[in-house]
Amino acid sequence: MKKIFEYSAFQIVEKIRNGELSSLEYINALFDRIKEVDSKIHAYLTVAKDMALDEAKEIDEKANKGEHLGSLCGVGMAIKDNICTESIRTTCSSKSLSNFTPSYDATVIERIRKEDAIILGKTNMDEFAMGSSTEYSFFGPTINPYNDERVAGGSSGGSAAAVAISEATASLGSDTGGSVRCPASFCGVIGLKPTYGLVSRYGLIAYANSLEQISPIVKDVRDLAILLNCIAGHDERDSTSLKVVKDDYTRFIGNDIKGLKIGVPKELFGHGTNKHVLKRVWDAIHVLEDLGASYTEISLDSLEYALASYYIIANSEASSNLARYDGLRYGFRSDEVNDWSDTFSKNRREGFGQEVKRRIILGTFALSAGYYNKYYLKAQKVRTLIKKDFDKAFKKFDILASPTMPILPFKLGEKLKNPLEMYMCDLDTVPANLIGAPAISVPCGSYDGLPIGIQFIAQPFKEGSLIQVSYKLEESLQD
Amino acid sequence: MGNIKIGLEVHSQLTNLNSKLFCSCPTDYRGKEANSYICTVCMGIPGTLPVLNKKAVEDAILIALSLNSKISDKMYFFRKNYFYPDMPKNFQISQYDKAGGITLATGGYVSIPNKKVRIRRIQIEEDPARITYEGTIYKSKSSLVDYNRAGIALLEIVTEPDMESPKEARIFLQKLSSILEHLDVCHSYLEGSMRCDANISMEGGKRVEIKNISSFKEVERALNFEMTRQRNLLIKGISTKMETRHWDEIRRVTISLRIKEEEEEYRYFPEPDLVPTIITKEWVETIKDKMPELPDAHKERLIKKYELSPQNADVLVNYKLLGDFFEKCAEIYYKPGAISNWLVGDLLGYLHEKGIQLQEMKISPVHITKMLKMVDNGIISGKIAKTVLEEMIISGKMPEIIVKEKGLIRIHSDELIEQLTNKVFEENKEAVNDALEDEKAMHYLIGQVMKLTKGRADPELTNKVVRDKLIEHKKLLEKKN
Repeated sequence: MKKIFEYSAFQIVEKIRNGELSSLEYINALFDRIKEVDSKIHAYLTVAKDMALDEAKEIDEKANKGEHLGSLCGVGMAIKDNICTESIRTTCSSKSLSNFTPSYDATVIERIRKEDAIILGKTNMDEFAMGSSTEYSFFGPTINPYNDERVAGGSSGGSAAAVAISEATASLGSDTGGSVRCPASFCGVIGLKPTYGLVSRYGLIAYANSLEQISPIVKDVRDLAILLNCIAGHDERDSTSLKVVKDDYTRFIGNDIKGLKIGVPKELFGHGTNKHVLKRVWDAIHVLEDLGASYTEISLDSLEYALASYYIIANSEASSNLARYDGLRYGFRSDEVNDWSDTFSKNRREGFGQEVKRRIILGTFALSAGYYNKYYLKAQKVRTLIKKDFDKAFKKFDILASPTMPILPFKLGEKLKNPLEMYMCDLDTVPANLIGAPAISVPCGSYDGLPIGIQFIAQPFKEGSLIQVSYKLEESLQD
Repeated sequence: MGNIKIGLEVHSQLTNLNSKLFCSCPTDYRGKEANSYICTVCMGIPGTLPVLNKKAVEDAILIALSLNSKISDKMYFFRKNYFYPDMPKNFQISQYDKAGGITLATGGYVSIPNKKVRIRRIQIEEDPARITYEGTIYKSKSSLVDYNRAGIALLEIVTEPDMESPKEARIFLQKLSSILEHLDVCHSYLEGSMRCDANISMEGGKRVEIKNISSFKEVERALNFEMTRQRNLLIKGISTKMETRHWDEIRRVTISLRIKEEEEEYRYFPEPDLVPTIITKEWVETIKDKMPELPDAHKERLIKKYELSPQNADVLVNYKLLGDFFEKCAEIYYKPGAISNWLVGDLLGYLHEKGIQLQEMKISPVHITKMLKMVDNGIISGKIAKTVLEEMIISGKMPEIIVKEKGLIRIHSDELIEQLTNKVFEENKEAVNDALEDEKAMHYLIGQVMKLTKGRADPELTNKVVRDKLIEHKKLLEKKN
C-alpha cells in the first residue's frame, strides 16, 4: 500500500475533501520524508516548515467547518528557487542572491496558494537556471534518486528529484531550454513546458525571458491537468502573457487517441542518441500505434541550427538580465574596496559561479556592436526558420515525438570539464522553447535502473493534446 | 567665421502622467523624501516585469503629432545596456532606430522665425535615478542615489543639425517648451523636467557633443563657450576632434569626457519583457481629436481677438500660464491692451527680477482687474499701481486693501492741494520766481507738491493749482511794480 507521502495530488485533494485525511498529518509526513532522504538527495535549499504546518492546520479547520477547499487543497509543493516567494529566501542557487528574500509572491505562487496548495520549500537548481545537471549550484548538486552516482538533470533538478522521491507531491520548475523536461526525464517524473505566454513569468527571476516558462512537475498526468488549470491564464503584470480563453485540461484525461497523427523528426533522434533511450522511445511510439495512433518519420532541416541559435539568444538575454546583480541594493556584497566600480566588480566576481560568468561573457560578446548582426540577429532569423518548419509539420501532425534527453542520466562531474558536451544534452529540448510551443516529458521505461523519458511537442496552446496522449501512454505502461 | 551647425537632443519628462512609465509609482517626486517613490518594478527587484503605461504613449503621440512627425504603426522597446549607479537594472529600457528597432516617430519640424528646425526622431524611454554629491562631484566621498526619478517617462526628441547659432538653439528650445506647455504634457518649469544634450560643429572641425546641460539658459551659454573654444582652435589651425564634452555649470566651461571614434557600446537588443506596441490609425485619430491650440494659432488668435501687439502676443504664448492668466483678466475687465502691457511689462519684469516662477505668484486675475479699475477710475495713479502690483505678487493681498493699509489713495481735494502748494511756494521762493520765466522750475514745484503727498496728489489737479497760483503770483508782482 502507498504511504501517505506517496499519493498523487488529485488523491490528496480528494482525501482531504472527503475528510479521510488530515492535511496536517500529511504535511508532517512529507517533512519527515524530507528529513529522511534529503541529506542524500539535496533537493531542497530551504524548507518552510512552520509556515507550511500553519497552513495545513488552517486547511484542516476549513475542512472541519465545511468551507470551500481549493482545487489543490493541502497539496504539498516544492518550488524552484528562482520563483519568488514572499518571506521565503529565493537564491537562484547563486551566492549573489544567497541572502535575498523577496517581498512578494510570483503570480503562480499567488495562484497555487489561492487554490490552497502548501509550499514546503525551495529547491535546488543550476545557478540562475544555467545548466542541465544541477551541478552548477552554489550549494552543491542534487543527486539522482535512482542512482546516487548520477545527476538529477537540470536546471530544475531539485524540483524533479523532490517529486520523484516523494519529498513533495508536485513542484514548479522553470524551463528555458529543457530545464524541466531534462530532470523530469532523468528522475522518472512528468514535466511540462507550457506554451510561451500561457503561464505568467511575473516573479520568475529571469535567465532568458523570451524562452522560458514556469513549468509543473508531477507524478501523473491527472495531477498535471489540475496544476495547469490553476497556474495558466493571463496576468496583467506580465506583458508577454497571452489573453487566451482558459481551457479545462482535465477534460483531455482518458480521451482516446485513435487517428492521432504523430510526426517523428529524425533530427531529434541524432547519432549521439543512446541506443537504450532510442529503444524505449520507439517502444512507446509503438504502444501509441497500438492504441490507434499513426506515426511518420519526418525531417526538419532547420533543427541543425537550433542549439546554436538557442545558446546565442539565451546568453544574450542573460548577459543583460544579470547586470542588475551588483550587490548595491540587495544580494551578496563583498568587502568594500576603493570606489563604486571596484566594489561592484568585486561583488560580481565573487557572487557568480564559473558557468554563469561564461554565459555572461558569451552573451555580452554576441550583443556587441559589430557582432550583433552576425550572432544575435542571425540567431533570431534561425528561430523564425525553425518556427516555419514546425508550423509546416503541425499542418500534418497533431504532435511530434522524440527522446527528451539523448542520453541516460550521466555521472556527477562527468560533463563539468567540457561545457559544450553539457550544452549538447539540450539538443532535443531547445526547439520547443525557440518556437514557444508546449512540450512534455513522460517516463517511458528505464535502462539499468535509470529512467528514460519520451518528449511530445504540440502546437502552441495544444497542451490538451499533450495531456491526452501522455495519459494514454501512462495508462498503458502501468498495465 | 565658418558656418556653425547645431543639433539638439532634448529629454523631456512627461510630467502630467499619474504613474511612471513601467510601474504604478506616482510621478510627483519633487521635494519628496529620497527613495520614497519606488517599488519592486522600478527598482528592478528580481522577478519583476515592466508594464507599459498606455497614457505615456498617448502623450508621446500627441507631442509627435504637434511636431508634424510621422508616427510609426508599430514600435519596439530596446534595452540599452551600461553599468552606472543611476540604473537599478544596469540597463535602460529605451528605443532604438537601428538593428531592426523602430522608435515612436520620425521626421517632423518646429517652426522658428525664418526657418524650420527638422526633427530626426522621437522616442520613449525611462528616466534614470538622480545622483547627488556631498559638495562637489570632485570632493564628495560618495555618490548619493535617489531612485524616485528612476522610471519616470521620458521623451527624447532629436533634431537635425539645423540651428546656426546658440541663440537660435535657445529660440528653438523656447518654442518647443511652449508647444509642450500648450499640450499640457510637460511643464518645463518643474526642476529637471527638460534636459538637453547639444552637438555643435563648425566648418573645418569635427562634431562635438555637449552633455549634462540642465536648462535652456545653460544651453545657450554652453554653446557660446564651445563656439568660442572651437573658433580659437580653428584660428590656430588646430582641427577640433570628434568628442563628448561635459558642461560644468559652475565654472562655465566644457570639459572633455571622451574622444569617440565610433558609436558607444550599449549592446542594444529588443526588450524581451515587452511586446511590440501597435499604434493603429484609429488610436492616433482619437489622440489627434484631443489636440489643443498650439503656439502659432494661439498667437494669431491673441492678435486678432484682442488686438495685441505681436511682441506682447509672443510673450504670452511663450509663457502659456501668463497667456491663460491674460485671457481670464480680459474676461473680467475688457481692457486687453492695458492688461497685456501690465502683464508682459511690469509683472513679468518683477517676477524675473525677484526670481519668482509664474506659478508661484500669489495673485489671481481679479487682483489685476481690480487694480486696473482703480487706475482707470482715478483712485490710484499708474505709478502707485506699480507699487501695488509688486505688493500683491508678494503678499497676495487685494489691491484695495494695500491701498488702504498704505494710504495710497489719490488726493482729489482742491483745498488740501492748495494748502500744500502754498507751503511749497513759501519754502521755495527763488524757484517760484524762476518759474515765472522757466517751465522747468514750474515742474520742480509740481514735483515738490507730489513729493509731500508721496505721489498721491492728482497730477492734473496739482498742475492746475500750481499754474493758477503762479499766475496769481505774477499778477501780484505786476501790481506791486
